[in-house]
Amino acid sequence: MQYLIEIVSPHLPILPLLLPLMAGMLVLLVANKGITWQRTISLVATLGLFVMAIASFTFSLEGSIQIYALGNWQAPFGIVMVLDQLSALMLVLVALLAVTALWFAIRQNIDSQGAHFHPLFQVQLFGLNGAFLTGDLFNLFVFFEVLLLASYGLLLHGGGRHKTKAGLHYVVLNLIGSTLFLFAVGTLYGILGTLNIADMGQRITQLATEDQGVVAVAGLMLLLVFGLKAAMFPLYLWLPHAYSHTTAPVAALFAIMTKVGLYAIIRVHGTLFGEQAGELAGIHTPWVLGLGLITLIMAAMGALAAKFLRQQIAYLVLASVATLLIASALPGVESLAALLFYLIHSTFIAAGFFLLAYFILQGRGQKTDQLVRAYSMPNAILIGSFFVFAAVAISGLPPLSGFFGKLLILSSALEHPLFFGILAVVLISGLLMIIALAKSGSQIFYHILKKEADHSIRHCNTHDGTCQLSLAGIGSVVILFSISVWLVVFAHPTHKTLNSVAQQTLDRTQYQQQVLNFTPIANSRKELVE
Amino acid sequence: MEGLIALMIGVMTAAGVFLTLRGRTFPVVLGLTLLAYAVNVFLFAMGRLQTGVPAVIREGVTQYADPLPQALVLTAIVIAFGMTAFLIVLALKARSEMGNDHVDGTHQPIDEISKKQSYHSKH
Repeated sequence: MQYLIEIVSPHLPILPLLLPLMAGMLVLLVANKGITWQRTISLVATLGLFVMAIASFTFSLEGSIQIYALGNWQAPFGIVMVLDQLSALMLVLVALLAVTALWFAIRQNIDSQGAHFHPLFQVQLFGLNGAFLTGDLFNLFVFFEVLLLASYGLLLHGGGRHKTKAGLHYVVLNLIGSTLFLFAVGTLYGILGTLNIADMGQRITQLATEDQGVVAVAGLMLLLVFGLKAAMFPLYLWLPHAYSHTTAPVAALFAIMTKVGLYAIIRVHGTLFGEQAGELAGIHTPWVLGLGLITLIMAAMGALAAKFLRQQIAYLVLASVATLLIASALPGVESLAALLFYLIHSTFIAAGFFLLAYFILQGRGQKTDQLVRAYSMPNAILIGSFFVFAAVAISGLPPLSGFFGKLLILSSALEHPLFFGILAVVLISGLLMIIALAKSGSQIFYHILKKEADHSIRHCNTHDGTCQLSLAGIGSVVILFSISVWLVVFAHPTHKTLNSVAQQTLDRTQYQQQVLNFTPIANSRKELVE
Repeated sequence: MEGLIALMIGVMTAAGVFLTLRGRTFPVVLGLTLLAYAVNVFLFAMGRLQTGVPAVIREGVTQYADPLPQALVLTAIVIAFGMTAFLIVLALKARSEMGNDHVDGTHQPIDEISKKQSYHSKH
């Protein structure tokens, strides 16, 4: 065991990339052997990824940042993978989300509705992990493209007119985003002469005054790109459409996709425009704060106006991203720790809610999840209890984790000059979300049609007209929701751990030194060649 | 040379933005392609413009072109190419499923449109 750990641990920053990539290829190779093979390989690989992510996280908690120099090239010259506590935390989130989403897809037979679900799923994980691990700006672009291309395929999985339309908008918008990303990267390279994020952070301190304007433009252009990924106002219009029409497990996995944009803002803008950047320090924060506040209001309104449940959940995802954007604009370790707490909570609850909506959709027959009157569904009490749990957690009511997350964020904002504005927006939008969820909950579970009405309009194809509801895969929902309870019960140790994550993330000089002073592994054969 | 390259990037970007804002999928695809061309030339120019100098180390040469933007452009071209191919397939799929090639795809089956057209041509 000790021997195994010694062999594996130096390669921890690269293994979470290799495993899903290899698994994706392998799944493709066994494609004509039937779905059982694909499912087994995919599930085993994802479980392996989860174990690996946990190992990375416990390893990174020891304190040092682990660097992996690809091709043994030293930091600013080659691409490096950087495994610090923030990256490791994101890896754990991705892996747990992937396991539950995949389990749900298999149990509910959603993966066999179209071709190549499993290869796309694994490539999606490859892209996500890559985006969280890379220490190079252009490499971040490449991994963004990988995860986007896989997400296009997953979004369209199962087919249908609504999916195609939502997918078309999503693809076109993201292609424009990629172009802007390249413009920004090109400009930054032209001025700073490097693409390594840590090195850029150092070069920006020695910037000539006349170049500051150009770098500021490039930085804000990058914010536009990451804002598009994170669905920041006014770039959020694609999200409700795309998330509400795709299949449940894909929507659940996509709960982490908006957080990629947020992570990129914390990583890239935090390092480039940190305190050391002189006049450029914090150039993005007023934008992130202002646009985050507007997004939160729009999301709450959208949740109120939603016509069907999945659309409402999509707007609630938007609201959680907006809350995170607001938190990311606040200075200090405390606010970043609060952000991470809320990030864990919102990712899992939103994902679980999307899976729950699938049961509601099945149970209501042809009325699907539209917020209109229909017959009561089978297992209404069980599903209804889950719904109440999710509604309480996601809207931030005590005693679940949403409340504590919001409390932590608001208490870290106390010193901010705009505190009352932030407080008002967060609380009012929270109230609007509670109203929206209460409305849709009573519409689905209480305001039902009477039994003795005409059987011909029962809308289900079974012989007596009652809808069939398979509860297969509900374990995924239970696991995802239990995270919220876990976060409350173990709030103190969790918060302490997240504080250490936040501290390491904000210690930019340590990050830069560790990345740039990393010496490649000595190669004994190199001297022979020379 | 610098002025010419800058002008070229500007014209391509402007045309790309204009076409991307059109209502039908084909001009949008063309617009995105033009934007990709513009950004490729832009990336290339960010390594500073030089002529007749090698990018790879060679004996007896002191002046080099920056090799990194060339590598970046190569990657960007491949990605843009793949994405455009995917977008064209998706646009075709949207055309067949929604019955028209509008980006916003207001649903109207092909039959009704062709019926109307044949009706108008007869009368």
